[in-house]
This record gives sequence, structure tokens and C-alpha cells, in this order.
Amino acid sequence: MSTLTMTPISDTEIRATRSFDAPRELVWEAMTSPTYLPQWMLGPDGWTMPVCEADVRPGGAWRYVWRKDDGTEMEMRGSYLEVDPPERFVATESWGEPWPETVNTGVLTEAGGVTTLTLTIRYPSTEARDAAAATGMESGAAISYDRLDAVLARAST
Amino acid sequence: MNAFDVLGDPVRRRILELLAGGERPAGDIVATVGGEFGISQPAVSQHLRVLRDSGFTTVRPDGARRLYAVEAAPLREVDAWIEQFRQTWGKNFDRLDQVLAGMKRKGKR
Repeated sequence: MSTLTMTPISDTEIRATRSFDAPRELVWEAMTSPTYLPQWMLGPDGWTMPVCEADVRPGGAWRYVWRKDDGTEMEMRGSYLEVDPPERFVATESWGEPWPETVNTGVLTEAGGVTTLTLTIRYPSTEARDAAAATGMESGAAISYDRLDAVLARAST
Repeated sequence: MNAFDVLGDPVRRRILELLAGGERPAGDIVATVGGEFGISQPAVSQHLRVLRDSGFTTVRPDGARRLYAVEAAPLREVDAWIEQFRQTWGKNFDRLDQVLAGMKRKGKR
């Protein structure tokens, strides 16, 4: 299993890097097709994705609806700004008000049958980022000093 | 300068990584990091000043030396933010590995 690295790269951007043992045409298809998205883009355990619409072309809209086993639903939507299969996409993403709309850029590179995804999430402003960070601090309140080494290891990648 | 601006720089991230192993004299950091990045002593000193001023490190005199140490609180702020993404995307990508393995098997048939 490959390691997920996540690091802030500027004051409004966070970058995730992850490798997959598959050619990038497959990774592209799995990341953009409603056939495959509901099989993996589910977040925490206990959720399904009963609605997955994705018009994968510049200007095309996408909409995902997740449902938890207790009936709770969450919806996320956005639109594709750039689509260049199987290499690169740029798409907006929002949970709806009052959440800020982020711009996500995905780049796929392949070497020796292994595909590396570099996903950059950009907040519209430092204020929006701070709002997201405040939520993160609430959920992450239990994070202990012990994890500092792990934080630094990630931050240095 | 806030936490995200501070960590946005690779030299500063490297300095913090070094300090995670324990307190170090400024001269040692300058030599190590300056060598790795090919930057001058004043340039490294400037990064050390940013880390100190933003609260990411503490510094104390030890004879003629100045010893730097990492300060955890500001890192926790950034980590909490990143942790949200890590948990969600970590699970997602682990499942994506399985989906891709299934796609590869089908393709071979």
C-alpha cells in the first residue's frame, strides 16, 4: 500500500500525493467515472454514494450525494474547469453555503506501470482556509504531542 | 506570518524536521540545511528568524551557542487541518487501490 503525503504548499493550498499500482488510464477512469466513484470515494465507514453524476468535460457539472446508514445525507457539487484525460483535471468543489468553494487540480503521471496522483486543493482566501482550519481544530482536538514526529515527516515531504 | 505561510517553505520544513530529532545549535542547522539546499548562512538565519518569530521554535543561549528547539503548538494547528483530509482521503485511496486491482483483473480476461 502506498503512502499518502499531505502538506501545505502555500498559505491557501494543500497538496496530497499518492501512488497507485495501475496505468494512469485506469486511474483516470476510476477517478472520473460514475461507474467507479461510488465504489471508493466514500469517506468514513458507514456511507454509500447513491447519487453520482459527473459530466467530465470543461464546464460540465458534477454532483455526489452520500448517505449514511442512519439516513443522513450530504451533498457536494462543483464543475469541471479543465479536462485533459488521462493527465489533468481542474474542478471546483463545494459543500454549499457557508462552505468555501475550493479549486482542486489533479495531475496523473505514470512511470513503470505505477501512477502518481498529485492533488492540489486551493482555498479562495486565507479567511476561507482559516474557517476550514477552525473546523479541523475542533475535530482534531485530541491530537497529542506524540504525533509531532509524524507531522514533521509529512510536512517535509 | 501564520502557520501555513511558515510551513509553505521547504527550507523551513526541513529545519523543523531536523529539530524534531532534538535541540540543535544554530551553527549546526546552518551548516546542514545550507549544504542541502545550497543557500548562504544569512539565508538560513533568515528562515530561523521566521520560525522563531512565528513561534514554531524556541531558542536559548548555551555559552556562545544558540540552541534551537521545536515548539509543538503551531504545528498542531496545521496538523488538525491536514488531518481532516488525511482521514477522508486515506480511506478513499485505500479503497481505490482495490477498485484498480479489480479493473486490472477484468482487463486481463
